[in-house]
Amino acid sequence: MSEIDDKGLDAMIEAGAKALDLPIDASRLPAIRANLKVTLGHGALVAGFALPDESEPAPIFRA
Amino acid sequence: MTDWDTAGVIARAVNAGDTTAVAVTEAALARIAAGNGQLNAFTAITADRALAKARAVDENRAAQATPLPLAGVPFAVKNLFDVAGLPTLAGSKINRDRVPATADSPLIQRLEASGAVLVGALNMGEYAYDFTGENVHDGPSRNPHDPSRMSGGSSGGSGTAVAAGFVPLALGSDTNGSIRVPSSFCGLFGLKPTYGRLSRAGSFPFVASLDHLGPLARSALDLALAYDAMQGYDPGDPACADRPAEPTVSLLEQGAEGLRIAVAGDWFKRGAYPEALTALETVANALGVTQEIIIPEAERARSAAYVITATEGAALHLDRLRHRAADFDPAVRDRLTAGALIPAPLVAEAQKFRRWYRDAVLKLFESVDIILAPATPCTAPLIGQQSFVIDGVELPVRPNIGLYTQPISFIGLPVVAVPVPLKPLPIGVQIIAAPWREDLALRTAHALEQAGIAAAPRPMENA
Repeated sequence: MSEIDDKGLDAMIEAGAKALDLPIDASRLPAIRANLKVTLGHGALVAGFALPDESEPAPIFRA
Repeated sequence: MTDWDTAGVIARAVNAGDTTAVAVTEAALARIAAGNGQLNAFTAITADRALAKARAVDENRAAQATPLPLAGVPFAVKNLFDVAGLPTLAGSKINRDRVPATADSPLIQRLEASGAVLVGALNMGEYAYDFTGENVHDGPSRNPHDPSRMSGGSSGGSGTAVAAGFVPLALGSDTNGSIRVPSSFCGLFGLKPTYGRLSRAGSFPFVASLDHLGPLARSALDLALAYDAMQGYDPGDPACADRPAEPTVSLLEQGAEGLRIAVAGDWFKRGAYPEALTALETVANALGVTQEIIIPEAERARSAAYVITATEGAALHLDRLRHRAADFDPAVRDRLTAGALIPAPLVAEAQKFRRWYRDAVLKLFESVDIILAPATPCTAPLIGQQSFVIDGVELPVRPNIGLYTQPISFIGLPVVAVPVPLKPLPIGVQIIAAPWREDLALRTAHALEQAGIAAAPRPMENA
């Protein structure tokens, strides 16, 4: 996955917040952006692992 | 009796008639009254119900009933457990508006059925989303070994209460490390059982995929006593496994003899501070361990746990984020808000990877019984400390203390965190076993305690 710049992240926050009916004060943008960047980075690491199409998720997990 | 007696010692004394549950409970309440102002472990003290319960335990003994394994043992619970008559705070301001719980959580009921006495509810990080023990609403729970330092989170009050000697036993929750981190920072034994082993009914959730409940104590025997009392199927928790209780107390003396033990390498040593590696080496040497094992894709597992936590946590709190945003701890609120914006395919990928990783790690347990790893990368940071250096990179403290705990709870493996009493501050080591083999981790922890390697140091001893 390609890294999104701050402007792109802000656009993502604005659009996502609208879709979720989630009011966000502009003063919170830097903190949300920073957290989003980190979490997307973790997501990219996960998504970078090739799994077969037949892989089952673990929504009901049994240890 | 002393203020540092373990649960096992207290129960034996109460059952033998050498003391009473009322005397033990009154002493615990007096310690809390004297010390809680400084250390901030408790958010509610349930003195009246505790004394009533203690009297009932004493009457039970006077009636010559069967001895109870936790007779007269004072304990306290993280304030995400339902306690009848109290709102279940989960460390938040928002939940103060909840109606008080009408019943105790099943784990509290089971401990009290074994003779234990609930004395209060404990401070914690807001909605369990932290590793620090800090709380903007109630103030930080402080580390008894150095009150300027973190207790560790999110079960911070649980760590503080047991390490300060207020109570010998506390319950916490562990989604990504929240029992093992305060155990490490406060110098305690902590058990995160297998995912699905102990009922989570009657507790405020965080991440249903990853939430566990378990005990913190000052000895491995006390963990086993509490764990055995709490085992058993509960249909009230959909994730609770329908399997019979597998008691552990009688197995502890088998020790670690004959167990195949290895040290986790690679990710679990990368970034660790010298004290974490010293503790790990001390434990490994005591057990005669020379084998190193690589847990495959541990870093990616940590990332997948991070994504699942952020997104499930966001889903849980979405309505509160919409309508009560100003009432959150800003740090928690903005992490959760970011979690709400993560594209869904990444979450599905994380859950798929979880199954792959589980299968890969279970293969390791064909050749070993126990894996050792650090519990935390460092000893307790200062309260308010924002960053530390891990592997040469400056990182924020709050989300990164769980580097070594997250890849383990991600697939629900049972772990006992054992304290190594280094000076000036203790630090923990994870004793990790295969699913449903809590007995092996507890046996190993007990053996290390018997050998004098693992011990919960009294705060004054560590000064």
